[in-house]
Amino acid sequence: MEYNTQIVLAGTSLMGVCAGLVGSFAVLRRRALIGDTLAHAALPGLCLAFLIVGHRSLPAMLFGALLSGLVGVLIITALRYGTRIKEDAAMGIVLSVFYGAGIALSRYIQNQSTAGSKAGLESYILGKPAGMILQDLFLIGGTTLACLLLIVLLYKEFKVVLFDSQFASVQGWPALRLDLLLMAMIAVAVVIGLPAVGVVMMAALLIIPAATARLWTERLALMLVISALFGATIGGAGTLLSARFAGLPTGPVIVLLGSGLFGVSLLFAPRSGFLARWLDAQNFRTRIGEQALLCELYNLTEPSLPSLVELDRDTLKSQRSWSDNELSKRLTRLNVADLIKPSDNSRITLTPSGYAKAAQVARAHRLWQLFIESYPDSAPDFTDLDAETIDEKLDQEIVVQLEDRLRSAGRLPKTTHSRTRETTQ
Amino acid sequence: MIDWPVFLSPDARLAFWTILCGVVCNASCAIIGCYLVLRRMSLLGDAISHAVLAGIAVAFLLTGSLAPLPVFIGAVTVGLLTAFLTQSLATWGRITEDSSMGIVFTSLFAIGVIIVSQIDGVHLDTDCVLYGSIDTAPVEIITVAGYDIPHMLQILVPMTVLTLLFVIAFWKELKIASFDPLLATTMGIGASFMHYLLMAMVAGVTVSSLEAVGAIVVVAMLIVPPATAHLLTDRLGWMLVWSVAIGGVSAVLGYWGAVRFDTNVAGMMAVAAGGQFTLAVAFAPKHGLLSRAIGRMQLALRIAAEDVIAKLYRLEEQAAESTNRVDVSRKECEHLAGAGWIGRLAILVLSRRKQLATSASGQWHLTTTGRELGRSLVRSHRLWETFLDENFELPPDHLHEPAERLEHFIGPQLQARLVQELAQSRTDPQGKVIPPGEAANDSEHAAE
Repeated sequence: MEYNTQIVLAGTSLMGVCAGLVGSFAVLRRRALIGDTLAHAALPGLCLAFLIVGHRSLPAMLFGALLSGLVGVLIITALRYGTRIKEDAAMGIVLSVFYGAGIALSRYIQNQSTAGSKAGLESYILGKPAGMILQDLFLIGGTTLACLLLIVLLYKEFKVVLFDSQFASVQGWPALRLDLLLMAMIAVAVVIGLPAVGVVMMAALLIIPAATARLWTERLALMLVISALFGATIGGAGTLLSARFAGLPTGPVIVLLGSGLFGVSLLFAPRSGFLARWLDAQNFRTRIGEQALLCELYNLTEPSLPSLVELDRDTLKSQRSWSDNELSKRLTRLNVADLIKPSDNSRITLTPSGYAKAAQVARAHRLWQLFIESYPDSAPDFTDLDAETIDEKLDQEIVVQLEDRLRSAGRLPKTTHSRTRETTQ
Repeated sequence: MIDWPVFLSPDARLAFWTILCGVVCNASCAIIGCYLVLRRMSLLGDAISHAVLAGIAVAFLLTGSLAPLPVFIGAVTVGLLTAFLTQSLATWGRITEDSSMGIVFTSLFAIGVIIVSQIDGVHLDTDCVLYGSIDTAPVEIITVAGYDIPHMLQILVPMTVLTLLFVIAFWKELKIASFDPLLATTMGIGASFMHYLLMAMVAGVTVSSLEAVGAIVVVAMLIVPPATAHLLTDRLGWMLVWSVAIGGVSAVLGYWGAVRFDTNVAGMMAVAAGGQFTLAVAFAPKHGLLSRAIGRMQLALRIAAEDVIAKLYRLEEQAAESTNRVDVSRKECEHLAGAGWIGRLAILVLSRRKQLATSASGQWHLTTTGRELGRSLVRSHRLWETFLDENFELPPDHLHEPAERLEHFIGPQLQARLVQELAQSRTDPQGKVIPPGEAANDSEHAAE
């Protein structure tokens, strides 16, 4: 590999790490698009710094960019709190007007200077990773290290501000200052990344790894690590791809790799992914369906207790709106679990263990039903009226009271548990 | 170079055509942008303006040309796709809407850039996408009905007319869907149908303006004039009118600025719009910072003045046994009004209104009208205390403060309603007599 490619590879990977780390905070703080705004708002500062210094001095221009980006963020905050302008419009206004001013300034510079000595501002807009030199690499590396250090040192503080800034200020943390520090970190990362990947791609690099990492974990520390890794991966892979195939622009390739990774994660991430959630929903449906069936089996068996009578499949079917197919599937399931015993094609009997399970489910169903009738106000708090969890979800006191009411109405199913208790009495 | 209108000098002709293109382009943006701003979807405009690049690129890839119709179709399709993907990812992907928007538009933009980079000799230059080419509008000419016009107008004029027709045709629906999507849905106006229709229009306006002003400045023209208009008026109709006017002024000022400073017209148009927005933020009649500061100051002044009157009235009440008039020194008076220049100003205002007067000895006292006001204020105060006491379980020492605040905002009507609510109380919870209102006063006099 060429020396130049090595530098670019290291630079884009490091940039990915930096953006991944900082972007996690932006995404979690619901400020994903602040990177986009900052990147656009940085342009006039860049040009002004060039005008003032008079030549292409990287530190001066980056400082100018940082300054105008921060001014932009301040204006957004002021507009949001001081006027009727909403945050989205405030961001749009700052983004587009600053950018317009930047375009006007850059064209002014271009027209002023003698032919041939363009300020090279174009590269800041679309990004030009190939132009990266060792100095840039040190700059990106230093920024990444500084961000990492800051995050490690202030991890707990950032975490509190991130998830509950009101709690943070009540607890006496300097919430506003920490928030500003986070914003400053994002601003620095954006400005450092601008020359390499450009305005739009910088916004993407901030959002995509973080949003992807968010799908894989619910822990902040892990999310930071994953996000940094994703950032490095797409940065590096994008650079290699565009080096391998001439003419493929690096920035967009990185972005597309990122969105590809996001798409894959969206499908296959362990808990938030579509597949995992589909399986979850499927399991849930099966369990609830099985419970409903057991409950009806109990209802039909109840009149002839204590003997377990044969039940007609058609009677069972008429209890609820089951399709034939559904019912057969569920019955097969119960049969396999040895909870029912089919005597012929259309008649079935509960087994003793099936009876125990069915009685439990019926008890829970009747308790839930009574609970909803008696406490209609608090019923909506329980979205999932699962038979297996009623004793955990409701107060023991309420359960006992509801049970007493069922018992006095003669509708409390005798589970094996209560039967043994009765026999011992 | 275009020759007509013949009565203008060549320079003025150049200015005329450039500004005309700017005005027409900004008008369509300003109209459709109002709905974006009102629906708090301004950033969707930004997202769509980036994403349409992919639509243009794909249209070019498929047809091999940049003819207006395929480009238009491509852009509108991608614009709708952006809106749709943003919403679906946010709903189904367990990420926030801003994240999903960021992912969607940057990816589409990346696709656009890659396609453009792969097509050899494509006429889609990045300069045009970034800066717009309104500067050279009068140079590229087409002939329509024997007249030479800038070719840009061929797309801009129909799009602006279409936007206008769209807004007129769907005026009611857009209005309801913008301000109350739920109501719109219950009334049978598909809120999401209107949403996507609007997004299609945004994409259309964006792509037609792209050539003139570039991808980012089009965002300025979409958002800044409507946001400025939103500060100036509370009515949708006027907001649209103001918005278009501000867009037009931006075009004129932008051209002038670009000529004056030898720079890019589109960029200066955004700056001009930003300047007008800044002016509106500062000086808008109702929602501007200045008028709001004045409003707050007037309120502070009124409260300070009323505090003096009410306190003097209470002093008179305490001293009612001996004399009906309480004299206080100016210093005490200012102390009653609260420290600072607001307090001093309040005293000045009160003496001008002849509610306070000075006696020969330099002491201050209430005049008859002042006493009238004081009685009304104290009546409001004590009525409210009594109302709080009767209806809420507040400790006695928590009654004074809310009443002290609210006494300034309880007029005769509210007083009358409070009297109706209260069970014939004639004293407040502390046992002080509630001063009678004017009508009651008269009737009492009559009874006597």
